[in-house]
Order: sequence, then structure tokens, then C-alpha cells
Amino acid sequence: MNNTCTCAPELKEKEKQDGIKELKEFIKEHKLLHDKQGALMTVLHKVQEIFGYIPREAMDVVSESLGVPTAHIYGMATFYNFFSLKPKAKYQISVCKGTACYVAGGARLLERVEEELKIKLGDVTPDGLFGLSITRCLGCCGLSPVIQVNEEVFVRLVPEKIPAILEKFRKQEKKTK
Amino acid sequence: MEKKMVNLKIDGIAAKVSEDSTVMQAADSIGIHIPRLCYHPRLSSVGACRVCVVEIDGAKNFPASCVTTVFEGMNVKTNTPAIREARRNIVELILDNHPKECQICERNNNCELQQLATTLGVEEYLYAGERKHFDIDSSSCSIVRDSDKCILCGKCVRVCAEIQGVNALSISARGYKTNVGPAYNMEMKDSVCINCGQCTLVCPTAALTEKDGIKETFKNLSNPDKVCIVQIAPAVRVAVGEAFGFAPGTDKTFEMVAALRMLGFKVVFDTQFSADLTIIEEGHEFIKRLTTGGKLPMFTSCSPGWIKYLETFHPEFIENVSTCKSPQQMMGALIKTFYAKKAGIDPAKIFSVSIMPCTAKKYECARPEMKSSGFQDVDVVLTTRELAKMIKQAGIKFSELKPGQFDGPMGESTGAAPIFGVTGGVMEAALRTAYEVITKKTLPSVDFKDVRGLKGIKEAVVDVAGTKVNVAIVNGLANVHKLLTEIKEGKRKYHFVEVMTCPGGCIGGGGQIYPQGDLEAMDVDLYSQRSAGLYTIDEEKKIRKSHENPLITAIYKEFLIKPLGELSHKLLHTHYHAACPKGVPSELRDTVNIG
Repeated sequence: MNNTCTCAPELKEKEKQDGIKELKEFIKEHKLLHDKQGALMTVLHKVQEIFGYIPREAMDVVSESLGVPTAHIYGMATFYNFFSLKPKAKYQISVCKGTACYVAGGARLLERVEEELKIKLGDVTPDGLFGLSITRCLGCCGLSPVIQVNEEVFVRLVPEKIPAILEKFRKQEKKTK
Repeated sequence: MEKKMVNLKIDGIAAKVSEDSTVMQAADSIGIHIPRLCYHPRLSSVGACRVCVVEIDGAKNFPASCVTTVFEGMNVKTNTPAIREARRNIVELILDNHPKECQICERNNNCELQQLATTLGVEEYLYAGERKHFDIDSSSCSIVRDSDKCILCGKCVRVCAEIQGVNALSISARGYKTNVGPAYNMEMKDSVCINCGQCTLVCPTAALTEKDGIKETFKNLSNPDKVCIVQIAPAVRVAVGEAFGFAPGTDKTFEMVAALRMLGFKVVFDTQFSADLTIIEEGHEFIKRLTTGGKLPMFTSCSPGWIKYLETFHPEFIENVSTCKSPQQMMGALIKTFYAKKAGIDPAKIFSVSIMPCTAKKYECARPEMKSSGFQDVDVVLTTRELAKMIKQAGIKFSELKPGQFDGPMGESTGAAPIFGVTGGVMEAALRTAYEVITKKTLPSVDFKDVRGLKGIKEAVVDVAGTKVNVAIVNGLANVHKLLTEIKEGKRKYHFVEVMTCPGGCIGGGGQIYPQGDLEAMDVDLYSQRSAGLYTIDEEKKIRKSHENPLITAIYKEFLIKPLGELSHKLLHTHYHAACPKGVPSELRDTVNIG
């Protein structure tokens, strides 16, 4: 009897395939150390570490290797804040909406970033380059309003300065390629 | 080893219970009912709803009595002003995140939450604020999921995992976004749901209900160009009365026939006739497999939830399942071929309805295989609940009905047919016929008592002319999973296995009347009464073996020619295929219960 499932999406990118391979080896090692529920938590942490988020293909692999129903894996992956079901962006933009930045026009910065990237708060651009979130007070209220891109903080901003900041990271990305 | 007993006091009354009992069980044992919502005696306890809180001397807060074990000298108070207020507050909080539309709700007057609010004396909405909102999922042929009405008790998740071993549902996300649904937030139709509807029976509100078939039925009943024909499954007749105040197990077959005629059905057939027919076909298929070295064990195929489960989780056994269609689909195929021709009706004008104790039958009739008459063989399936609703909507006084009669040529059945509705019944019916066909001798007794009873897995050995035939009867899909695994491991060997999706068989089907009063789904007393009703119908029949049904003899003579013949093959048999809904790993066979 042929049990091959044709419904699960094919893995296209080589990167993903390598990740899945790594994951399978990890599960093999750790399966013996825990009961099923204990193993699940450890394995999901590994998935997050390998891919930067929890892809559905990975959940399918975990389900198959650990013998835990997908519904329960999904329940666990959506419960803990540490796990993300959406890919994380290469450059995560955090717009500060703490009191000082808010009063100084932080909301307008957010609007402009949304406009420029054509994404909404919490989303990631289709190319995976930029992600957009908000943060509360980075501790530099005297320099408000601020945004943070990964570790770098940009201060005393006006919306007009946003395109240049985005361009800087696009250029940086081209260089590394 | 005998369990240690402990003494405790509940509301000043002494109780003596085993040391592993919970406070709730101890209270039940001395006649004190602690209000509850997420608790079900057949499922694991999670203490999610907090409605069952009590005061215990020495405890800092109010523990949930369903998950607190007793200890020696424990002093419990279940009815103090503080406890009453705490419970009321908890239910008020649930209500304030719940749609306030009881009058137009499916479960109005049949809702545990509504009843609890009344019992606890909730008199106003105290915490008005934002409510959660999710889209209704009506993608499935059988089940509608309205998450706005969900109170997150988790009983559906547990029944799906622990009783059915399907694990289609889980609780996902947290806070206001917490929701119950299939993996990856996909639609029910794409999930591993096998449509059994047990979740609709345990859901305390209308978050999970059956898909409506009433509107389409009423529309066709009032269409003069349509000939509406209906069939009634065995297990419906001993449960439908419960909706009208009759005791569970009361046989309401002929009152139901009368009601269906009043509703406008031109022809009323009995699915029990095609149950007899199933026995002839399935019996001969079994004999053929047994004597010609066919694939064994053979599994029965009347339970569509089981078929979908088999295709999804255990496709390696597909060749073991009988190719016979279920009685509903046999009847459906015959109505639009044999009967249409005999009565001179254009099959295109027939609107074929079945009354079933089952939500999975709604899925079965929509399967692409079930079109052997050239049309969809059965157009609409109504559950027992829906039939009761239609009778009420039409203003029919059920208790005052005079018995009606089924129509020939598919209205008579033997005692072997009603017991299809209870676990063990199909096996018993098949044995009665197989024994006599193989041995050509009369059975000393038609009662196979070994295969009866509500146990999850039953076994029996039947001596057929010197050949020992090993049979098994299994109900509840978690039990099925266990049985199949052990068959694969070689621990169990059978010739013939009867499988019923729902606990107790069709009498406990997902489309049955919601248990009334203090009764709950899967209650042993309730299911015993319904099953006793079916066995009584069997005993009171003059003919109790399918192959002696004169109408069956007639239909073979007039139309089908012979069992397993060409026409039987076309109309009464089918084949199943491995399925793989999106997001289900192909090799996921294990169905452990997590959380």
C-alpha cells in the first residue's frame, strides 16, 4: 500500500531541506531522552532556532517523528510567545510608542514605515527583508521619537527621514550579496 | 488490591470514599450536586471552567472540586455565600464574552451554560466590554463551528482525542485570541475530522452543531414537482421520543412514520429493510472471503466515520473493509433505481431524505462514490435532532399521533435489522445469517449474547460447522486504533470485526437527541435503555434472520438476481481510497493524548 502523502507542500529551498535534515537528526537524539510531551517542547525550541520561526512543514515533521498530533503541536506553538509562526525578518524595525516618542510623533513614523514597505504592523515584507513591530520606551526619551532596526537606534526622526533609513539597509543587503 | 477508604465531611454530611476520589465524586456519592461545566465523567478532568469551586478548610483559595482529591478528615463546604458568589462571578464572566442571542440559538433550552446561569441566579450582565469574534466555519458537510459561542471548556478536544483518538481539535493561542479548532487554523473540511459529531454531543453551548438540512428539506417538501421519499435508521426510533418527553428506549417507529407523512413525505421506507439486505451481501462477502482465502479479518463498513478514519489513519487496512455500502446508501441507490422504475417515477424528480442518528452520514451521502443511480443517491441527511425540530416546527403533536405504516416494497424488516443500531448488532445479525447459509442448518438459538453489551472491545468465538470463527466488536475509534495496532503486531487474530465509530454504536451517534435532564452523552444508563429498546424490537419480530425476510427474497427475484451479482456490485458495493487531508503527516498513526 502506497501511503505517500501528496498534500503536504513540497520543500523547495535547499536551505529548508538542510534545516529539516538537521531537525530530524535532533529529534532522533532527543526522542529517547524525554517522554513525548517533554520532547515536543525541546524540539519546538530547536525548530525556532533552525528556521527563526515554526514553519508548517517542520510541524508536520515533528508530528510524524514524535507521533504527536498536529493539532496539539499547533496549540503549543501558538501558546508560547517565544515561538513565532511567521518568518522573522532580516531587519526588524521597532517603532517606539512609549509616552515620550508617542507625544513627539511616533505614530506618524509608524504610518510612514507602513506606507513605504506596504505592510501592516506585525507583518514581514514578502522578500523577508523588513519586519515591523512596535516597542515601548528604549530609554532615550530625550532623543524622541526613535525607531530601532535590529540593534541600531535612529533618533530625533521625522517621517521624511524614513525612506533613507530603509535604503541604507537595502544597500547593506546588496553589498553582502 | 483494595483501595484505602477516607472519611470526609461535605456540608456537614459524612462521606466515605476511596482515597483516589475527587471532592466532586465524593459529593455526588452523598447526593450533593456541585455545579460544573468542563467536567465529564468519561473524560480527563482539567479544571478549566472553575465553576465547581468549593471551600475546603485549610485551603488558601477555592479549589476546583473536579481536580481536588479527598484526604482523611477533609471538611468541604459547597454552599456558602462566598462560594455561591464566586461561582456566579465566574459564570458572569463567561457570559459577558458570549453572544447574547439565546432566543435565536440552536441550543436554546438545551444549553448547559444557559441552565447554569439560571441555576446560579445570574441576574444581570455585570462586565460588559469587548467580545471575541471569529468567523463561523461551515466548511464541513457535518459540523458547524461557531467559535464566538465557545466557552473554552475543552470537552470537544478531549472527546476527539480520548474517546475517538482522532485529535482533530486543539486549543490554540492565548488570551482573547484563544480558540478551539483544527491544526494550522484550517477549515474543518481540510482537517482530520471524521465527522462523527461526538463533539456536538458534549459541547455545552452551540459552538459545535450539526450542519442544517432542514431548510432544504422543507423547500423540497413544498415543491409540487418533487417526490419526497424518506428512510429511517434503526437507532433513531428509540431516541426520538426523548425530545417529546418519552423515556429513552421508547419505541416510536410508527409514530415517526405518521409524523413524516404529515410533514409531506410521499413514501416512507425503513432503513432496516436495507440493513437486512446489507446482511445478505456482507454475509456472502464474508463467506466468500472465508472459503476462498480472501483478505481477513473483514471489517464492517456501515459506519461512515469509521470509513473516513480508516482512509485517513489506517489506509493499510482498506482492503480488509467490506465493499458493501452502508444500509443508508443501499437504500438510497435502490430508491432511485429499483423503486423509481417500479413506481414509474422519474428518478430526477425524487428528493431522497434519510433520518439518521449520525452527523457523518451527511458526509457519506455527499461522497463522490455515492452516485450509482446516476444522481446523488441520498439528497439530504437529517439527524434525529433535526427530525424532532421539524416535527415541532410543523406543529405536530407527537404524543397524540396514531401509528403509521411503512410503504412496500422496502418497508418490512426482520429482528436482525433493528440491532444494527447498537454495538454488536451488525455482528449478531451477520452471524445469524452466515451460520445458516454455511451449515444449511437452523440455529439452535438466534441470541448471540457474547457480542452484546456496551464494552469498548468484545471478542467471541463462534463454531460454524466445525470451523472456529473468531470475531471482535469494537466501538469508539480510540479502541479501534488499539485493536488495529494489535492486529498489526500479531497479538490479535480475527476473521470478522464489527466497527462502530461512536461509543455504544449508533444509539450514541453524534446526531442523537441531546441527553435530557441530568443525563450526559456516553451515559451507560442512557445507552443501555436505548439499546434495550432495540433488542425488544428484535425479540418482538416473528422473523429474526435477515435471509428469511420475504421482501429480501422478492427483491433478489425481481431485481438484484443474486447476492454479489452484477447489479449488486453496481448499486450496493463500493471501494474506498487512502485519503490525506492537508497537514496530516502520512505516517501519523499514533494518537496519544497530549494536554
